[in-house]
Amino acid sequence: MQTHQYDVVIVGAGGAGMRAALEASKGARTAVISKLYPTRSHTGAAQGGMCAALANVEEDNWEWHTFDTIKGGDYLVDQDAAEVMAKEAIDAVLDLERMGLPFNRTPEGRIDQRRFGGHTRNHGEAAVRRACYAADRTGHMILQTLYQNCVKQDVEFFNEFYVLDLLTDHDLTTEDIEDGAEVNATGVVAYDLASGEIHVFQAKAIIFATGGAGKIFKTTSNAHTLTGDGMALAYRRGLPLEDMEFFQFHPTGLAGLGILLSEAARGEGGILRNSEGERFMERYAPTIKDLAPRDIVARSMANEVREGRGAGPDKDYVLLDLTHLEPAHIDAKLPDITEFARTYLGIEPYTEPVPVYPTAHYAMGGVPTNIEGEVLRDGHNVVKGLYAAGEVACVSVHGSNRLGTNSLLDINVFGKRSGRSAAAYAQTVEQHLPIPENPTARVEAQLSEMRDRPEGERVAEVRKALQETMDANAQVFRTQESLEQAAADIRELQKRYKNVSVQDKGTLFNTDLLEAIELGFLLDIAEVTVVAALNRRESRGGHYREDYPDRDDTNYMLHTMAYRRPTSAPDAADGHVEGYFDHVEDFGDYKVVLGSKTVTQTRYEPMERKY
Amino acid sequence: MTAVVENTANAAPDGQAGAVASFEVTLKIRRFNPEVSDEATWEEHTVTAHGTDRVLDALHKIKWELDGSLTFRRSCAHGVCGSDAVRINGRNRLACKTLLKDVNPDKPITVEPIKGLPVIKDLVVDMEPFFASYREIMPFLITSGNEPSRENIQSQADRDRFDDTTKCILCAACTSSCPVFWTDGQYFGPAAIVNAHRFIFDSRDEGATQRLEILNDKEGVWRCRTTFNCTEACPRGIEVTKAIQEVKRAMITRAF
Repeated sequence: MQTHQYDVVIVGAGGAGMRAALEASKGARTAVISKLYPTRSHTGAAQGGMCAALANVEEDNWEWHTFDTIKGGDYLVDQDAAEVMAKEAIDAVLDLERMGLPFNRTPEGRIDQRRFGGHTRNHGEAAVRRACYAADRTGHMILQTLYQNCVKQDVEFFNEFYVLDLLTDHDLTTEDIEDGAEVNATGVVAYDLASGEIHVFQAKAIIFATGGAGKIFKTTSNAHTLTGDGMALAYRRGLPLEDMEFFQFHPTGLAGLGILLSEAARGEGGILRNSEGERFMERYAPTIKDLAPRDIVARSMANEVREGRGAGPDKDYVLLDLTHLEPAHIDAKLPDITEFARTYLGIEPYTEPVPVYPTAHYAMGGVPTNIEGEVLRDGHNVVKGLYAAGEVACVSVHGSNRLGTNSLLDINVFGKRSGRSAAAYAQTVEQHLPIPENPTARVEAQLSEMRDRPEGERVAEVRKALQETMDANAQVFRTQESLEQAAADIRELQKRYKNVSVQDKGTLFNTDLLEAIELGFLLDIAEVTVVAALNRRESRGGHYREDYPDRDDTNYMLHTMAYRRPTSAPDAADGHVEGYFDHVEDFGDYKVVLGSKTVTQTRYEPMERKY
Repeated sequence: MTAVVENTANAAPDGQAGAVASFEVTLKIRRFNPEVSDEATWEEHTVTAHGTDRVLDALHKIKWELDGSLTFRRSCAHGVCGSDAVRINGRNRLACKTLLKDVNPDKPITVEPIKGLPVIKDLVVDMEPFFASYREIMPFLITSGNEPSRENIQSQADRDRFDDTTKCILCAACTSSCPVFWTDGQYFGPAAIVNAHRFIFDSRDEGATQRLEILNDKEGVWRCRTTFNCTEACPRGIEVTKAIQEVKRAMITRAF
């Protein structure tokens, strides 16, 4: 075991982690721990753009951006957070440009901007050009630029280190902690993939920036490594997860593969058509059509397929038509995604429409934080020294449905904020707090149990069963029945997980072992996603219940807070609302207890969401 | 060692666009595990694949269904993260971007780690020397004086000047395909030069002189023998050799 001491430890080296590192390392001794080389992070797969009301190409202002974000999120957005994000978006983009990001340019040499789903002029009048972009590899350029600046600033990285535990000075899973009592995060435990060694990082402040959990689904745009590690670690340590029922299905995944084709394709003029060649979005969103928010477009596509208007031999996808665009325009603005269509489906987008179908893309929910990035342990108390930013976190700026480009914005704005907050807090702490006597006990037990089990079921089988039930039962359309099926399956899979074994028993670069550990994270995230979805008997944003097709502001205008608790714990959590936020789901060894948290509203009254 | 497994995972559903009939494919993989032996060996596995399956799908199928100890890096699985550069039938490619049907699945497909970097285990190499070269060329924007209050102004033509080299995903396919790099690990290699190019030709940057000085070193650009392996290997289609030539030319034409 090796022990390290830092002021600030950042877990994850995608956009949020590195943006936090650039900020934190200015004033505090900082380490970034990442299970991948930083440039492998999935921020690099983001394509279309990053919105900010620069007004470089047409009239725009951050208040419109705030409104669009709130409306796009079906009013479950914390409006103070959305306002911060839209306001700070402008500097976030300018910061990146000055760090070297090669944005596309206007004829005047300013940062160019293009249209994107749900981003409108003057509260919904028409689509507005707000997305700043670098061809269709904006995420790649953000990731590269942030890494380049980390090199410039000599940020310290621990690459291919998997963080497997969070250390706190109170056990939140069992202790009954009073309102207002101080709870501190004290460190993390990590596994060095190359050597198999365990490292303990003591820190005055810790930032989780571990990204999403798309691999709970079978059809997903997410990387194999997006297994919800940070969310699951927080959840296991007794912290709540917020709004996990809201998962975004991106409309345009390559059919059958799930590989993302940016919304920029539609921003640049691409049109969705059904098997009859009809531009069906005209029926679902008459004003902004193909540029409606993702939840609406994804649902409309799935509905076309259900009603028999899908294309292809099995009528199971729709078509993204770019054939009316000039090839030169496609090459200049959408080179990468058209190459994906060529490489993976053998389709030539100049002349043929591209088969597409919704793909699991983004977790709106996550570890609850306030606008400074501080993690909450219930509806209002923070954990001192613990921060989260990016997809792992729920601020909540995305509410029940994130607008395109707002994730790249989120990681930059709240990455920076959490980095700044963490460093400032670390400076006020004189000494590292003591860590538990045997800090690695849990991790070592978990690893050796998995490695030493002589035989058992294969990890891949359990993972596949999980992904299949999630695709079948908790995807774009959900019902009580389908979700109960998913919950039952997950309960069974959690049992089977106790009997999986790995073939690789070595210590060196044992990815077999780590895939098994990651499967445990996936099961936990799927579990909490399904329980939260069962409880929310309304339809809002990315969560669509066929048995409750309407939004119910009277009873559900609250954030879901899900806690894992021992079976002996009380059946009510903070924010318990009888009949609405009161679900308890028993998983045998423990149970999931739901509570709620108030949605912050400032100036926007919820209204019907039409586009 | 040979094993066969029925196709169950990761195939495109039948009837999907681009689907072709399933076929059997044999992968001949270079295995090395220093915990077991100092010697590397070849191992063959046969799996059933579908039309749109990539080499990465076949590797996953072997790992997930036959031999969990098979070790390789991967993440995004669609050619943007740069984790899975390997040598397939003697040529550097990304495993996730190489369709099995495109590499003649009638014969065993060889899969080896990329060359010139120390092998850690199976297809995993030590990337540190590669990233060290990258860091050395100062891969970040260098400016002086006051920052503009808004963005730097740059024409689209100036932006286009270095567009090609901004595509680099640092997968090392180019560097590890370079015969000069194979014999001389001190050589910066194509990827580092590509990333230097990305800044040298950026109109906003003021660090060209420093970078050109670094690359004027005996292990710098002059070691390039223009064999074009790098250009051929680049999964992003970057004209690597051309970028290196442009850096050479800049060294001659720009005053130090």
